[in-house]
Amino acid sequence: MSLKHDIEFTLNGVKRRVTVDVTMTALAMLRDVIGLTGTKYGCGEGECGACTIQVDGMSLNSCLMFAVDCDGRNVTTIEGLANDSKADALREAFVEHGAVQCGFCTPGMIMQADHLVRNECCGDTESIKRGIEGNLCRCTGYKKIVDAIASVSGAQN
Amino acid sequence: MTELKHYFAPTSLDQAVECLKDGDVTILAGGTDLTPQSQAGRLKIKHTLMNIRHIPQLSGITLEGKEIRIGTLTTITEIMQHPLIRQHLPVLADACDHFASDQIRNAATLGGNICNASPAGDTLIPLLVLDASVELASMPEAKLYRHSMPLSTFFVGPGKTRRSLCELVTCIRIPLPAEGHVARFHKLGTRPALDISTISIGIAGTLKAGILSNVRVAFGAVAPTPVRASQTEKALEGQRLDAATIEKAAEVAHNEVKPIDDVRASAWYRKEMIHNITKRILSHVAQA
Ligand SMILES: Cc1cc2nc3c(=O)[nH]c(=O)nc-3n(C[C@H](O)[C@H](O)[C@H](O)COP(=O)(O)OP(=O)(O)OC[C@H]3O[C@@H](n4cnc5c(N)ncnc54)[C@H](O)[C@@H]3O)c2cc1C
Ligand code: FES
Ligand code: FES
Repeated sequence: MSLKHDIEFTLNGVKRRVTVDVTMTALAMLRDVIGLTGTKYGCGEGECGACTIQVDGMSLNSCLMFAVDCDGRNVTTIEGLANDSKADALREAFVEHGAVQCGFCTPGMIMQADHLVRNECCGDTESIKRGIEGNLCRCTGYKKIVDAIASVSGAQN
Repeated sequence: MTELKHYFAPTSLDQAVECLKDGDVTILAGGTDLTPQSQAGRLKIKHTLMNIRHIPQLSGITLEGKEIRIGTLTTITEIMQHPLIRQHLPVLADACDHFASDQIRNAATLGGNICNASPAGDTLIPLLVLDASVELASMPEAKLYRHSMPLSTFFVGPGKTRRSLCELVTCIRIPLPAEGHVARFHKLGTRPALDISTISIGIAGTLKAGILSNVRVAFGAVAPTPVRASQTEKALEGQRLDAATIEKAAEVAHNEVKPIDDVRASAWYRKEMIHNITKRILSHVAQA
């Protein structure tokens, strides 16, 4: 029997109590225990960024995090940005610039872009490119994604 | 080795070292190494998984006398952005800037990078040339006991260190560099992000009137551990940094390293790059 542990944390603004396997990743907990499937499983080893979430205001790969490590912390997933005006602007910009094709990378990309915009880490396109180095997209060729983020952050060249 | 039976998240250092007494404990920090290693079955979690995140003494960057103390839980992002590091140890900030991706830098801790002891660990090379030491805590009797060792003696093999199973790394200490101190780091990989170093080089010293002294040279990914290069250091110590010295030092470096062939590069290529990049860094330093 795998060892279980009860944790309590804030998920998208709401207090949650969950029982998780101690060896489970935060990504598996979100998708398989809680049922929030917006956060994607791409590689499971930190290479693709599809699983990006925000914890205590920082973006990170939920596939590289133990679920038990969410205990006592403030977790935001793509679902948590559904009614958020800053994130609305990003979502609209992604649509407008054609930055979404198959859409698999999009939740992770938006979570990372939201982190960059909130921390004012994207004053120019070079910093946007560096900021999304940990997010792979197989469809768009990135230019449209960078343009979309730049249109929200007001980045020049 | 027993099966995982217990999860523990101590809130004080005393509780943590007490828990480590029997040694059958896996320590969890940022989890960026531990998660993929345990998910893929390359690492088996011991009897207790101990999450050290909630121990306040293990975080933060402070100036203590003539030393900078970096708590083991400090993330790569925090190091890269901290004013004390940018002012006094820019070479460490520079190495952190070449680390993985933003998401991983936000989660990965300095102590985790050291304890994972990869020959290609990106913070290890600048820390070696900055004369860093590691502080360890344990509880051999009923009281907390701390001791330090130079980072240059800490690594014994890939993933292997001199940390005993009952010890916790608490912080890294780095002496404030002297006036005229110069230090450079170069990471060579095949792409800018999310790449493990093919080789990496750190060079530091005090440059006065064109003469380099207190020379420190360290190489990553050319041996089972990150290594100091004593012969290359000797070739540079007290010398005027002119073209002849630089060429000689690059040759000594080329002959000093004994890398292996692996998926990332051949031994031949690694030796060539050690030569060329040592030369390039030294030329930049000479012009500084
Ligand atoms: C996709 C990917 C890319 C990466 N890129 C890089 C890179 O560019 N450069 C690089 O250097 N590394 C890289 N890494 C490796 C990893 O991110 C770093 O080694 C990181 O610093 C580990 O820190 P952590 O806090 O996540 O460690 P954890 O995974 O929590 O722990 C790592 C190890 O250290 C032990 N440990 C942690 N803290 C302590 C302590 N205080 N006392 C005793 N033992 C302790 C743990 O038990 C474990 O064995 C990468 C990893 C991934 C998955
Ligand atoms: S699934 Fe986490 S980075 Fe790919
Ligand atoms: S839109 Fe398909 S992976 Fe990015």
